Amino acid sequence: MQNPAAPAWTPDHFFAGARACIPVAISVAAYGVVWGVLAKQAGLSLLEVVLMSGLVFAGSAQFVALDLWTATPSTLPIGPIILATLIVNLRYLLLTATMRPLVRPGTEQRSAAAMWLLSDENWAMTVGEMAKGRGSIAFLVGGGVTVWCAWMVATVFGRLIGSAIDDPTKYGLDFAFTATFLALLLGMWKGKADLLPWLVAALVAIISARLIPGSWYIPAGGIAGSLAGAIAERRRGYAH
Amino acid sequence: MLTSPEALLAIAGMLAVTFAIKASGLLLANRLPQTGFIAAWLRHIPGAVLASLIAPAIATGGPAEALAAAATALVFIITRNLFAAMATGVLAVFLLRMALGA
Repeated sequence: MQNPAAPAWTPDHFFAGARACIPVAISVAAYGVVWGVLAKQAGLSLLEVVLMSGLVFAGSAQFVALDLWTATPSTLPIGPIILATLIVNLRYLLLTATMRPLVRPGTEQRSAAAMWLLSDENWAMTVGEMAKGRGSIAFLVGGGVTVWCAWMVATVFGRLIGSAIDDPTKYGLDFAFTATFLALLLGMWKGKADLLPWLVAALVAIISARLIPGSWYIPAGGIAGSLAGAIAERRRGYAH
Repeated sequence: MLTSPEALLAIAGMLAVTFAIKASGLLLANRLPQTGFIAAWLRHIPGAVLASLIAPAIATGGPAEALAAAATALVFIITRNLFAAMATGVLAVFLLRMALGA
């Protein structure tokens, strides 16, 4: 169902979103540079960096893709890369679903297309606005444009200077991704019911990362943690 | 080397699945189960995936990473500011690695 009371598209909302997302865009840029440096080490060409950052526009999935990437095209595991992207990005199904109350009647398709610009960061900002009774698709898109520009510039910059900073850990930059996603996770906290699924997810991910090569620890932890949360809810007898 | 057909195919596939997921979340929002086990399971996916993404990096790091993660969490809980939390984390890990010689 669309929401007739959802705010209309206005340039004001667009620019408010674009401005509001400047600080988070700096976080994105910090780990974008790291991704660019790692992309060079993984053997991605400049054009491939531009295409992947510009079109796929999904930081976490792009980090995972680098683990699987090979410099020689003939050995590139295309299927596993796409499958890993699917699994890591599955969470966006839930994130875009929460944007549904912002869809005005008759703008369904346009709004669905606009979800291309949804990232964890502008989603979190828009959810924050919605909690204050504001927020709109225009706000989300404005924020998405800011984040997209930051991601694009930073990843290309990282790819270009890749050889100059061979070791991003020297500047602590490698920690930007962990810190940003840790803060995004804490922003999702709704109550004690989140503790068990997060701990199970973290524990299973840590153990899987030790035992299984590649990025399988992400779906392993994600599935185990979310199932643990659902089972705990059912055992407590309320599933809403 | 500009690119290769294999790389283009991989990137096109990544784009297709990512956009399909993002668009269908919005379009199917009202058809996703709102109650019951599946709904509860779906609701816990984003948090569980984010926890899985970051946990190994924190766990396999040394005390510098653990302390920096704690500082990041503390700043975010106090300020609710994503950027302040990230900047604290990076600065903390930079200084702690120097101090601890890791």
